[in-house]
Amino acid sequence: MSAPAIRVEHLTKRFGDRTVVDDVSLEVGTGEIAGFLGPNGSGKTTTIRLMCGLLEPDGGSGRVLGHDILRERGAIKRRVGYMTQRFSFYEDLTIRENLDFVAGLYGMRNRRAVVSDTLHDLGLHARRDQLAGALSGGWKQRLALAACVMHKPDLLMLDEPTAGVDPKARRDFWDEIHRLAAEGLTVLVSTHYMDEAERCHRINYLSYGKLVARGTVAEVVRDAGLTTVILEGQGTAQAARLLRGQPGVEQIAPFGNSLHVVGRDGAALRDTARRVAGQSGTRMTEAETSLEDVFIQLMGDAQDNMA
Amino acid sequence: MRRLLSLTRLWTLIVKESIQMRRDRMTFGMMIGIPLVQLVLFGFAINTDPRDLPAALVSPTQDRFTRAMVSALELTGYYRFVAPDATAAEAEAMISRGDVVFVVTVPSDFGRRVEKGAEPSILIEADATDPSVASGAISTLGTVAQEALRRESGVSVPAPPLNVVVHRRYNPEGVTQYNIVPGLLGVILQLTMVMMTAMALTRETERGTMETLLSMPATPLEIMLGKVVPYLAVGAVQVAVVLISAKALFSIPMVGALSVILAGVFLFVLALVILGYLISTVARTQMQAMQMTFFFFLPSLMLSGFMFPFRGMPGWAQALGEVFPLTHFLRLIRSVMLKGADAATVSQSFVALTIFVLVLSGAALLRFRRTLD
Repeated sequence: MSAPAIRVEHLTKRFGDRTVVDDVSLEVGTGEIAGFLGPNGSGKTTTIRLMCGLLEPDGGSGRVLGHDILRERGAIKRRVGYMTQRFSFYEDLTIRENLDFVAGLYGMRNRRAVVSDTLHDLGLHARRDQLAGALSGGWKQRLALAACVMHKPDLLMLDEPTAGVDPKARRDFWDEIHRLAAEGLTVLVSTHYMDEAERCHRINYLSYGKLVARGTVAEVVRDAGLTTVILEGQGTAQAARLLRGQPGVEQIAPFGNSLHVVGRDGAALRDTARRVAGQSGTRMTEAETSLEDVFIQLMGDAQDNMA
Repeated sequence: MRRLLSLTRLWTLIVKESIQMRRDRMTFGMMIGIPLVQLVLFGFAINTDPRDLPAALVSPTQDRFTRAMVSALELTGYYRFVAPDATAAEAEAMISRGDVVFVVTVPSDFGRRVEKGAEPSILIEADATDPSVASGAISTLGTVAQEALRRESGVSVPAPPLNVVVHRRYNPEGVTQYNIVPGLLGVILQLTMVMMTAMALTRETERGTMETLLSMPATPLEIMLGKVVPYLAVGAVQVAVVLISAKALFSIPMVGALSVILAGVFLFVLALVILGYLISTVARTQMQAMQMTFFFFLPSLMLSGFMFPFRGMPGWAQALGEVFPLTHFLRLIRSVMLKGADAATVSQSFVALTIFVLVLSGAALLRFRRTLD
């Protein structure tokens, strides 16, 4: 693998006396789709802003596409496409006017052709004179993505791009991301959705400003060292009551007629579950630990650390 | 629940409103601050019967009769001779610039004529662009001068009657519009220009488009000029409208060169637009930008000499008035439009406006945050 697209070390950012990003070191390889995960307020947006030169870090250093994030913001801005969490193009301009504005700011040559091509690619050519504010959530997101990649960036940073977008549009969006990555673009994408995390090559999990897990999905699940069992049957509600606070049990999550029970101490968990299954008349089976189970566990751990 | 007025609900609403009011410190501060500042400022500064008006004396001989008359005039409280020994040319330049409101010319044969008993005469030239300024001073003039002369001549030789020639310069008929309409040009430009630009950047911040704008390669200077230039064009249209209506509706004389007027207007509008831009780098919401604009607008209206005679205000208020671009613009536009002053005569105003432009743009560029911090 060539030089990493992103390598930041000990990145720290404080707002007042709140440390929002706390000693985050991160590496994203070229051509990789890196997922950036974590609960609300965990510092994902702030970290992304630090990396694309929109915020000044209080500590740490790093390079994005080989440019220093402290001193070479201009160069980074020219080679990075950043899609904000909230739609932040001009709602009172038409679709074409927005694209033309972006093309102009990047100083693109044959602007007219680029904008026209983008409109065709988007399938928005017929609606090019519609105000951007009148678009639905899914279309706004497509417009924003198109505007971010128009200048052919080498790195794309997407901040919760699929929030409030329907499943079909999300699927299409991810297909597009994979297509772009296949062409050599590096993508960093933050998300809450587990299914989206599983579409990333590698994930980084941020919690309360700290990077607490990273690797491929399989690695993250394996490193968490969790055991999961499922209790099925009529008595799941009773089983849930009986399981609470018992040895080995750390998470109890009902899914329809089944109960996912997760814990770190596999032996203790199995003993408890077997006993409760007998008492409540449910059937116990072993299951694969899911990414979601891992994240819930990580969130709980981080909260314990905060207390 | 069906009651029209529940005290609990009402109280809940009042508490919520009070909390919001307290959180918005800016508005809260202005609610307390504005009345206080304005009361003190305007209560002391505004004077519709202006006194201590600056005057120049042109008297080649400077004899005892002249001195007696001058000190009698100063005693009335209306006149303050800032240039007690000016040449005719110097005095002309000063009244044209607006540095003095009166020029008192005592002819060289004045003393001889008093002693001979021949009717002596003096010339009072008053800057009548603002008709209200000179009226009080002029009305007391004749009797005061005659009285002084009588005292100085002694009882033995009765003083001959004094012939006071009054010239109401620039606006002999005392038409109020001559003074107001050019001033209005400044006031209208100030209100619209500052307010519109103050919103410009704040709107980007409020709608979140600032983040995208900052993530793309545009320099602070480009962003500032990109905001300023369109509003300059709007200002140009306003100027054309006001100047044409000044001529067509109010028949305001345009004595000076149009090029000088336009140069002054350009500098003024530039200063305003950049001031607005500066406000928009400070304000976080459009509402705040609006409040700041008004906070700036009111004192400048009162202290610039638009509503009340500038020279009639106490010294500290005049000094305060100097910090508003409007003050310098009014001086410039009135001098050029009504008095026919040339560029050299009003160079001070040009310099002042240029300083505003430079200082404000420097401050705005420093204030501009390249990041979202």
